[in-house]
Amino acid sequence: MCLGIPGEVVEIYDDRVDLAKVDVSGVRRAINIGLLENEPLAPGDWVLIHVGFAMSKIDEDEARAALEFLEGLGQAYDDEIAALQESKID
Amino acid sequence: MRFVDEFRDAEKAHVLAARIAALCEPGRQYKFMEVCGGHTHTIYKHGLEDYLPEQITLVHGPGCPVCVIPMGRVDDTIHIAEQPDVIMTSFGDMMRVPGGRGSFLDSKAAGTDIRMVYSPLDSLKIARQNPDKHVVFMAIGFETTAPSTAMTLLRAEAEGLDNFSVFCNHVTIIPAIKAIMDSPDLRLDGFIGPGHVSTVIGCEVYRFIPENYGLPIVTAGFEPLDILQSVYMLMLQLSEGRTEVENQYSRVVPWYGNPKALSVIGRTMELRPYFEWRGLGFISHSALRVREEYARFDAERIFEIPGVRVADPKACQCGEVLKGVLKPWECKVFGTACTPETPIGTCMVSSEGACAAYYNFGRFSRDRIKEASGV
Amino acid sequence: MTGERGVREHASEQANWAEEAVREAAAREQLEVTPGHADLEHPVVRSREEEVLDRIDRARRARPRVKDERITMAHGAGGKATHSLIEAVFLDAFRNPLLEAMEDQAVFGVNGTRLAFTTDSYVVSPIFFPGGDIGDLAVNGTVNDLAVSGARPLYLSAGFILEEGFPLDDLRRVVASMKAAAEVAGVQIVTGDTKVVQRGKADGLYINTAGVGVLERDVTLGAGNARPGDAVIVSGPIGDHGVTIMLARGELDIESDITSDTAPLNGLVDLLLDATTGVRCIRDATRGGVATILNEVAVSSQVAVVVEEDAVPMRTEVRGASEILGIDPLYVASEGRFVAVVDSAEADAAVAALRTHPLGASAAVIGTIKADPPTLVLLKTEFGGTRIVDMLIGDPLPRIC
Repeated sequence: MCLGIPGEVVEIYDDRVDLAKVDVSGVRRAINIGLLENEPLAPGDWVLIHVGFAMSKIDEDEARAALEFLEGLGQAYDDEIAALQESKID
Repeated sequence: MRFVDEFRDAEKAHVLAARIAALCEPGRQYKFMEVCGGHTHTIYKHGLEDYLPEQITLVHGPGCPVCVIPMGRVDDTIHIAEQPDVIMTSFGDMMRVPGGRGSFLDSKAAGTDIRMVYSPLDSLKIARQNPDKHVVFMAIGFETTAPSTAMTLLRAEAEGLDNFSVFCNHVTIIPAIKAIMDSPDLRLDGFIGPGHVSTVIGCEVYRFIPENYGLPIVTAGFEPLDILQSVYMLMLQLSEGRTEVENQYSRVVPWYGNPKALSVIGRTMELRPYFEWRGLGFISHSALRVREEYARFDAERIFEIPGVRVADPKACQCGEVLKGVLKPWECKVFGTACTPETPIGTCMVSSEGACAAYYNFGRFSRDRIKEASGV
Repeated sequence: MTGERGVREHASEQANWAEEAVREAAAREQLEVTPGHADLEHPVVRSREEEVLDRIDRARRARPRVKDERITMAHGAGGKATHSLIEAVFLDAFRNPLLEAMEDQAVFGVNGTRLAFTTDSYVVSPIFFPGGDIGDLAVNGTVNDLAVSGARPLYLSAGFILEEGFPLDDLRRVVASMKAAAEVAGVQIVTGDTKVVQRGKADGLYINTAGVGVLERDVTLGAGNARPGDAVIVSGPIGDHGVTIMLARGELDIESDITSDTAPLNGLVDLLLDATTGVRCIRDATRGGVATILNEVAVSSQVAVVVEEDAVPMRTEVRGASEILGIDPLYVASEGRFVAVVDSAEADAAVAALRTHPLGASAAVIGTIKADPPTLVLLKTEFGGTRIVDMLIGDPLPRIC
């Protein structure tokens, strides 16, 4: 069962410690955060949601690193192509 | 949408594709298996195979928990649903899976109260709202979904509900992977590891794959760039002579998984000695059942289940498709007797099944399609 | 019990329906596969995959038959099952040229005047939802079915099936909505009927409306008119109504600001038809969504419809809700949007005209008609891949995996 989507925590409830309100593109739903009890969650955090439960807190640093890697790949690729073109052996 | 759109950038895809191609040894064929149904879906939906060089083939494994449910269990569920004062609840994906006598949808048409829910917590709600009925939740899914069922059982216990139970059909991914690896039919070069299952079980558990089978595995996310990057990482390992477990989906998957999730599963469920998987036969210690301590929430103890084995139709080749031995269109009944509208097997029903994915997305001469869409 | 409690080797029971289906399919294939002379003269080496794809193509063209013994919810979703039911049961029995056109309305001449005639039944649950109620749908839906033929909607009938116990105040509320909607649309409700059924039937209230309009324009619009090169236009953001209803059912515990887009489209259609004579067909996107209309056009006109995913207007909340639920917004109903196929030379003028109207503010070209491959709808994803958008199977059930 794979469908998990990222959502942003917009509200933590005072009376229900295992629930949080999460927003996905403007649509909001109460999600059970019981599986993340060891991680402090605050509005602004992002979580992965699956069948009404938060499975994991999204690590923004890792996400950024992943994107930077992809950007870097592009840059390195361009550099390589440039280098290749410059070093044409005719 | 954040954390989604950035990983759907077409330009970066082309760069990755070029990098992947550059790593291909001339004349060598590469076969990678992706186990997760969600990965199959993404691959077809975004036409990712078009981005990969001819030398690389992606093979689809049995990671679709709907697909591996044998017909007999569908019948068992309907049997429970037909008992007086029972409300059966199930994920939408299961509604059209054909059992020996038809699907949940057919049964519903004949009068049983079978309802679709998005979350097992919705079933609890229905139970609270209908104290004079017994509400059963048909639990399916790999380790991704098992914690949710477990949490629901704990809630039911905390609330002292006496009209709720779970019909547990959770299966575990590692035995399935092992069954694939031990199968003589397939020669693989690496694995695209399950994404969301790994948020629960972590990546460390896949060590046996490089250590015992000498294959690299990369845990992958579900956006197109995630999968392409995972293929890139696999190719890099192969070209550098490494066989390791790597985590491409690190923004979501913690290396050691989710201890709380594992603990709630352990508290409420235990491994069955064996369980039948459609197409793969009986696999030992591959599925979960509700523990004795939670017997009052176990539908299998509350209801007398027929437990009859229904053989797959002779022409059905779901098993080989699930093992990655056959491509969907190689199944003899693909597209004729077995279509999404009139499915024979599970691979065609679940939107994540390889056959459904191919029928809906990959079908039709790819050249003609590319021509028409001006690609 | 199963599994470890002793698998009953009850010999393997067989799923007889499956064996039957396979036998029938094989029999059908025997009849269809007869090599023609061309094949014998020029044997073409075709890959196994291509053969299979051909088989699928033939199977798709085969006459729809309904094998179910009972009606299921799938028959009401507006997709394949609905079409099969209509063709195999209703069309088969009532067969006549007007019905065979299978448009949203029937168009015919009476003493030199062309009239359009249509009917629709409304069974929405819940009856009241953000943005409207069953009464709005009942008027707007039928007005729209008339409008998309180019007709000027004139008169509606309204038949009510009321459940015993239904609150009179709710009925008054619905009727007030119908009155207001009729005024906006410029139609009158001139005849009707009332029935009451026992508690437990009719889920509160069902409404049927039939409508008649006059076709004064010299146009014959139809799904069979699309030609390669034509542009496909959508009048506004898709999926608002369907998502609103799904969320309003309250079972999914999702909050959102989305409201139903129910609206009468006759004004907008007039603008379009005044702006250009190059309109081939207009269809309002209801049950089954935009994807269903595109498939109908592809099949009726025997063309390919190629759509750009990025170009399809959609509110972010509709996208978000669809992602959560795992459904494809292309299949989700709207109730105040239409899809139009227009001569490409006129596409810009058409969109400009639509945008002058509040209902058409987000109108956009979303794709083109091509000659090949016929009957298929293709979607170019934002990612750059292409996929097929088939006719809907069953109801858009939330995908889990």
